[in-house]
Parts: sequence; C-alpha cells; structure tokens
Amino acid sequence: MAEITWPWQYNFPPFFTIQPHAETRAKQLEAWQQLITDYLKTTKQSTIDVRESQNCPVFNNATINRKLSQESLLIILEEMGKTGRAAPVDKSKNVWEVYWHSLDEWGNMLYNWASSNGLNNTVCTLFEIREGDNTVGEEFHGLDMNVLIKALKALEVKGRCELIEFDDNQGVKFF
Amino acid sequence: MDRFEYIEARLFEGENYLKREKNVKIYDGEDKTQYVDGEVVLTSHRILWGKPGDIPKGLTCLSLPLYYVFCLEEESSGVFGLGGPKRIILHLGPALPGKRPGPAVVSPYHFVKFSFKDGIDPLFYKALSEAVNAKAWERSTPLTSPSSESAVTSTRPPVAPVNSKIRSGIVGIERSIEEQHRATDESISVAFQDLRKLMEKAKEMVSISKTISTKIREKQGDISEDDTVRFKSYLMSLGIDDPVTRDTFRSDSDYYVGLAQQISDMMVAVLMDCGGIMSLADVWCRVNRARGLELVSPEDLLNACKLLQSIGAPMSLRKFPSGACVLQLNSQRDEEVARSTSQLLEENGNLTPVKLSQLANVSVLLARERLYTTERLGLACRDESIEGLAFYPNLFLTKSS
Repeated sequence: MAEITWPWQYNFPPFFTIQPHAETRAKQLEAWQQLITDYLKTTKQSTIDVRESQNCPVFNNATINRKLSQESLLIILEEMGKTGRAAPVDKSKNVWEVYWHSLDEWGNMLYNWASSNGLNNTVCTLFEIREGDNTVGEEFHGLDMNVLIKALKALEVKGRCELIEFDDNQGVKFF
Repeated sequence: MDRFEYIEARLFEGENYLKREKNVKIYDGEDKTQYVDGEVVLTSHRILWGKPGDIPKGLTCLSLPLYYVFCLEEESSGVFGLGGPKRIILHLGPALPGKRPGPAVVSPYHFVKFSFKDGIDPLFYKALSEAVNAKAWERSTPLTSPSSESAVTSTRPPVAPVNSKIRSGIVGIERSIEEQHRATDESISVAFQDLRKLMEKAKEMVSISKTISTKIREKQGDISEDDTVRFKSYLMSLGIDDPVTRDTFRSDSDYYVGLAQQISDMMVAVLMDCGGIMSLADVWCRVNRARGLELVSPEDLLNACKLLQSIGAPMSLRKFPSGACVLQLNSQRDEEVARSTSQLLEENGNLTPVKLSQLANVSVLLARERLYTTERLGLACRDESIEGLAFYPNLFLTKSS
C-alpha cells in the first residue's frame, strides 16, 4: 500500500469539526473531499462504509486525538454527491461509492484506452480491463467492479460501447 | 376507641343538639365492640352514644369530641352492594393528654366506625360533616361542663393547634405543606418590612452624608487634608447620591429615561475598564451596588437599557444571537472585537472561552460571544472535541493549500 501524504489540515484539530462559517466550511469540505479521494485512490478503494469510518485512519487521527463524526462524514459525502463524485449504494446511506474520477471521465478514459489499443469492435472481458496485463499502469487498473460497470453503462448510453453478458462473465464491445 | 370519654349526657354551654339516630353499633377500627344497638346523639361539639333511653335521662354515656375527627367517609356497602352504605368511618387524630377516662386506654386504630342498622340517614351524615367542618369548639369559650368535673376540663390543652398538627394520610401531608407555606409567607413579609424601613432611611442617610461633606468643605482648615480625603472616599463608596427612583417620575417611561441616563453616566468608566463590554447581569449588580438601597429590578434595568440608544448614550444594549444580553460601548465594534480576538488566537495557538476570559479579563459568557463573533467574521474556526469547544486561527482561509 502506497504511503499517503497527509495534507496539513489533517493535523489541524478544527478540520474534524464541520465549520459553521460558510466560506470556511466550503474550504474545509473541499479539503476533505480531496483527502478522501486521494486516500481511496492510493488504497485502490471505491466504497466507504459510514458506520465503520472511525476505524479508518483518514477519519481518525490518533496523534491529535480527533475523529470525524459519522454525521460530519455524511455531510461531506452528500456534498460530494452533489458534484457527482460520490453516490450512496444503499437507501440508508451507510455505504457510499466514491469516484475519484466522475463516471463520464472514467468512460472517456476507457474509450480512449480502447481506441489507442485498437480494441474497437472487439470484445474484451471486464476482467481483462481490471486485471489484464494491457491495463497495468492505467488508472482504472483494479477499479471496483461496480464503478467500472457504471462507467461503461454511462458510455453505453452515449452509444460508444455495448455491455455483453456471456456465461458467468461480462464483456464489453467498444465502437 | 381510646378517644371516647365517659360522661353524663348533658349539653355543655354553647353546645347545640343536632340529630339523633337509633340502632347504632360502634366498631373500634375493624373490631366489633360491646357497644351495640345504642342510640346516637350528634351535637355541635360531640357525638354521644348511650343505651336506648339513657341519653334523654342524662345518664352516663360515651362521648367522642368532634375535634378528634378530621375526615369522615361512608363505607362502601356490603359484598353484594345491597341496601346502600351502613357505616360511617370517622378518622381520628391522636388522643389528647388530659382526656377523661373512657372505655379503652389504648387502641391500635386511628378510626372508628358507626354502623347503622337501618342504613345511614343522609341527613345525619350531612349534619355530621357540617358539624366537623364548622368547628364550633374553636369559636366558643373553652367547654365547661356543668358538673363538678369542670376542673378537669379546664386543664385540657387548647384543642385547635393540636387538631391541625400531626395527622396521617394525604390530608395530613397537605395540611402540613399548607402550614409551611404560611410560615414562609410570614417570615418573608417580616423580612421585607425591615428592608422597607431601611430604604425609607436611605434618603435621610444620603442627606446626612451630604451635609457632612459640605461642612467639611467649609471647615477645610480644621481637619487635616488626609482625613478629608479618606472621608470623601467613604462617601464616594456610598454610591450614587441621588438615585433615580420611580416616585420622582410621573410615568414609567419618564422613569426609564431617567434611569437610562444615570446608567449611561455611571457605566461609561466601568465599561472602559472592562474592555468595553459587560453582560447585563454584571451591569445590574454594578448599578445596584452603586445605588445601595434604592434597588432597581432586572426588568426596569432592561427597559432602561433599551432606551440607551434613543437618549444618545455612548453605549447600547446588544443581544447576541445566543440570547446573551450585554451593554456595549458604541466604540466597541464587532470588527474590532474580532481583530483583537484573532490576534490573541494567533499568539496562543488556540483558545477556549475560559482561557480567553482569563486573558481578556471578561466573563466566560462574553469570551464565548467574542469567539463566536470572530468566527462569524471568518477569523476563527472551531474545534469540538470531548475536551470541549476550542477555537483556532482560521487556517482554512489564511493558509493556501
């Protein structure tokens, strides 16, 4: 696991309290969103379980003895949801998917990769995309399956690929 | 049963015959007694029980003084609810010392029952409860019996006070609470009488002190400079020499204006000492301390402070969003407060309201308001943790990420 470089805010106690002052709050939330995205990107995760957030070093800074409460985390995640950078998985909003790129961006990235590798009009499995040798070094290598499918579905709507199911595996055909 | 007395069936002076009933049995609490099939006579003071025919003849009978009774009720009727209630329960107070001998010396019960073979006559019950409530024995002179036993009767202690004292049951509790209230009421009014007298004297005191001070001024030569100074300082600490009082104004609003003027005059210096801002509670204490005896109520003070702005005083009443009221010098602006507070924040790294109150020499309440003000202007940010609320310099806005 790659080492995370904590931003200065991480060791600033007020960072763990949602600020009431509008301008301050905006800056704070922005910093949080950046931190969450960076952290998940580094650790190759895509989901956050609000209930278990306190076990995660991001939301629990033992050195300054501060924790981000679940309510505060929810505020941040909902803020991220507004800009399409996160979405709740369940109705009770306990588990959230966080996209370190928006789904559109992911889609474009996948499409560009396919085009540049001459994979248009051929079918490749999702497994290939996630784990294949071809994609090592690409950002979406090891991307969460659900996020990948969502990104591809968004691409499908635009008519630039087609999701195919065969056997118990899933594939995609880029146009 | 131990409250009954043997006595000849004669009416005392001032005692009135009320009602008669036949075929009456007495129960001592729940127990049956030998007193069955008797005749009962209710008077304004007592209940008499005798064998049929004994009472009219004036022979010895049982007597229960009504002052023992503090509560009576009809016993609910038998198992099958037939024929209506037959028994009256009389709840009794403790036996008094000096009681004449009766059929029982001690009884475990605090009630007796009269059982009526033919059912309770509603009129009898009504007359009984009226007689108990009327308390005829309290109004009349102490009972004197016409017989030779008068000596014994006169040694009986006054009945009324004991009657309303130690009682069992809810009635007893209620009565004792009522009595406590009355006592408190009395002591309060006594206390305030003294205070009123003190206040009446206040004006005189002030005028005396004034004449003394003018005398001193005239005879400057006789007394040493030191003495004069000391005496003057005593006089000063007496406070305002002519307190604005309600009596001197025709209407409340005039009074408030006068009071506001006075507050503004006396508080200017104080506010400057305290950093330009003071909670209204502190102001109230200061004002009343200075006035000495002509105290103002918090409400009057609040009303007067509301007028401060309209009379052009150099200070005004201010209510913080949290609801805290303060008196604030007009020169004390939010920006000023925020700037000085944020400076303190920079110097100390972080501040809790308590810490700031010590640093800036203001109350904790005001310190908290200052921090909130600073936060509102974006110069501080908060940190809520298990250790409480603390404030930090707002690095979110000042430090570029």
